[in-house]
Amino acid sequence: MSPKGYLLSEADLHPLSLGAALLGTGGGGNPYIGMLRARELIRSGHEIRIIDLDTLPDDAFVGEVGGIGAPVVGIEKFEEGHECYYAMRAVEEAAGVKMSALISAEIGGSNSLEPIIAAAYAGLPVLDGDGMGRAFPEVQMTTFFIYGAPTAPAAIADEKGNVVVFRQVIDMFWLERFARDAAVAMGATAGLASAPMTMEYVRRTAVPGTVSEALRIGHTVLDARKARRNVIEEVLKVTGGGLYFTGKITDVRRELTGGFARGHAILSGINDFAGSEARIAIQNENLVLWVDGEPKVMVPDLIVNLDLDTGEPITTEVLRYGQRIAVLGLPVHPLMKTEKALDVVGPKAFGYPELTFVPIAASQASIQG
Amino acid sequence: MIRIGIDVGGTNTDAVVMDGARVLAGVKAATTADVMTGVVNALADVLKASGKAAADIDVVMIGTTHFTNAVVQRRDLAKTAAVRLGLPATASLPPMVDWPADLREAIGNLSYLAHGGNEFDGRKISPLDEAELIGIAEDIKAKGVNTIAITSVFSPVSDECEKQAAAIFEKAIPGAHITLSSEIGRIGLLERENAAIMNACLRDLSQQVIEAFRGAITSAGIKGKFFLTQNDGTLMEAAFAEKFPVLTFASGPTNSMRGAAFLSGVKDAIVVDIGGTTSDVGSLHKGFPRQATVAVEVGGVRTNFRMPDVFSIGLGGGSHVVETDMGVKVGPTSVGYRIVTEALIFGGKTLTTSDVVVAAGKYDLGDRSKVAHLPQALITATEARIAAMLEDCVERSRLSPDPLPVIVVGGGSILVDKPIAGLELIKPDHFAVANAVGAAIAQVSGEVDRVYALAEIGRDAALADAKAQAIEAAVNAGASRDSIEIVDVEDVPLAYLPGNATRVRVKAVGELHVA
Repeated sequence: MSPKGYLLSEADLHPLSLGAALLGTGGGGNPYIGMLRARELIRSGHEIRIIDLDTLPDDAFVGEVGGIGAPVVGIEKFEEGHECYYAMRAVEEAAGVKMSALISAEIGGSNSLEPIIAAAYAGLPVLDGDGMGRAFPEVQMTTFFIYGAPTAPAAIADEKGNVVVFRQVIDMFWLERFARDAAVAMGATAGLASAPMTMEYVRRTAVPGTVSEALRIGHTVLDARKARRNVIEEVLKVTGGGLYFTGKITDVRRELTGGFARGHAILSGINDFAGSEARIAIQNENLVLWVDGEPKVMVPDLIVNLDLDTGEPITTEVLRYGQRIAVLGLPVHPLMKTEKALDVVGPKAFGYPELTFVPIAASQASIQG
Repeated sequence: MIRIGIDVGGTNTDAVVMDGARVLAGVKAATTADVMTGVVNALADVLKASGKAAADIDVVMIGTTHFTNAVVQRRDLAKTAAVRLGLPATASLPPMVDWPADLREAIGNLSYLAHGGNEFDGRKISPLDEAELIGIAEDIKAKGVNTIAITSVFSPVSDECEKQAAAIFEKAIPGAHITLSSEIGRIGLLERENAAIMNACLRDLSQQVIEAFRGAITSAGIKGKFFLTQNDGTLMEAAFAEKFPVLTFASGPTNSMRGAAFLSGVKDAIVVDIGGTTSDVGSLHKGFPRQATVAVEVGGVRTNFRMPDVFSIGLGGGSHVVETDMGVKVGPTSVGYRIVTEALIFGGKTLTTSDVVVAAGKYDLGDRSKVAHLPQALITATEARIAAMLEDCVERSRLSPDPLPVIVVGGGSILVDKPIAGLELIKPDHFAVANAVGAAIAQVSGEVDRVYALAEIGRDAALADAKAQAIEAAVNAGASRDSIEIVDVEDVPLAYLPGNATRVRVKAVGELHVA
């Protein structure tokens, strides 16, 4: 990548959201509305530049923005447009700094597009990276917070012009709680901007290259479909992931605990996996994959369900009996696998105290390509 | 009650006469370019075959793909103004933002954003601004447009804003055709708005088409009431259908599936409707088609209608059979309605699936001597290929491990004579006109889809309220109250929302009330 990075074109938006949906590991929200919003901005002449983490000087400031709220509200009362942008400006004002670039909290799902949209309004570049390398349900689950990014000042903004600034927040869990409550009061859709981080810090803590990776995955799926090549094989090649199961869903069980839809999908093996049975624990995202009772892939590594024929990522809410899927395991970035990170995003943090995280190996090339 | 069911498809217009639950007669007539002639012919033929007089007929039910085709072909669409209430929310994407440009242009590409709308919990986003709406009305009027689609944020939760805005527009543009999104779609603003706009632009056409159907029925001497079937397999009165033509989208596959359930007496099954070119496969649950969970596109526009979850494969009675190096290939190309001249058994030159079935001695159709030369190996390989194609799509349609039976209907049912995927096979009488039967037996429904705060009213009270609303909606749509059953209840807790916010959908269905 050149120091100036590259401009995102309208033709990139579909592959980007497809790749982001895949990295959403079954959750992360639908990027469709965000994709349309980004498309409108590009069509009206806004430039969206993606730059490498090495481009800016150490003392430059970076803003992290993302949407917060309920996905089902987001498809009905979608954004005025400037929510994340206004939140980001409020953080700048409260902190007395100017941002030089924006970065995504999570590349998985709809939040892949929020910094892109805010950056288009601000005339700022977007860093090629994010704070998860996937999707997770809560604000504190980013590498930025895990490694000690400041929790204040942060700000949340709604479509009406309300902006709430959090000047003093003692830790990331409190920020999650305050932001969630404010978002609900705002009508359950809002833009959240976290405290400014220095480029030096972001370079050390961000999962690098993930915008480009989402793009690459999306292009790979679309190209493979067009050329009638095996989509799953091509995705494995480009992600460095492994095929952990191929099967047909024989049961999906859901229950609601603590505001989250949790459950399990049961799969019966086909092809090379005939005779085996798999189980996937789901919250918003896919959490753990067991094959014949053995845990094979678990958070924070990525468990990705793809339609066996089309390679389309399948989100957890549309899982149902009879779907034929390939279950891929993708190695998460090392920053997500440290002791510190596992406390926040490991299996224990998601309610599996009996599981000790065992990382999967990258079976092919590094995901950074 | 004596009723006639008609299914106006792209190729055939099928009609049946039913006396209660008994099918007295079923006929197929060619669909004509003007549609009406085909309906008149089908009515005459079916009355004659049934031995009933026109005066005996109590009701006529029509299923039609006419409005779907109008959108797909971009013809006969009215210039329409799309008005959305929700500012400052939703300003980032204007109405029709993801429509194909030619369709948007075909209806005048006229859209407005105004204040109004509700939050998920019923709070106001911003108050309605009467002066703003009067200004919009004047602009619409000045552009010579009198068809308007109004969509308000969270109108499935509260339709007050849409109704107030409609009153303002009616006053400003007397006689305007107004469609409210809350009367059509469910949560999902862009998709519901799309549906409302499509409905609005079909209003002029629906008036003409329904008037013409009315004419065909009257000219046949029938004095009974007349209804159209909607995409969920239930009925709407002609006058209602005139206002909501969009609700007829996808009624075709629904009618075949409902007809299959009725003719076989089986309410939970996989249905395979085999036509000349394609087979539509879907699953029946309590006698109704399972609905799609994802957005469905019509004419390139995403909508969130209640559409059956049906998928098609290129296998029908007219599918080409070709020997290749890779084995026998069946479909997706087809001779379609030209089967009567092009298939070998009818003296044509194209080898079709029907030819193979006749050669195998499985069915008597056309001139069997014309396929006597087909080698047994080819027949065996083709039958195996057809079986594999059907097995694959039946497997995909199964929603549970329960061994459901498979009901086969449609003119192409002759292709099947053995169990598919090891499941019991049912080929009911009158299978070729199952879609017309589905239209004839259609019931009346009412549906509610809204978000309740269970922390406030509790789950039982919320469900009871939703059921009561669904029953009222069914009565308003013409169902007789004592026959109403709740056929579907779904409550989905919404992640990240307080007060146990839960989206509840309830559907009530009843028999048509004929006074």
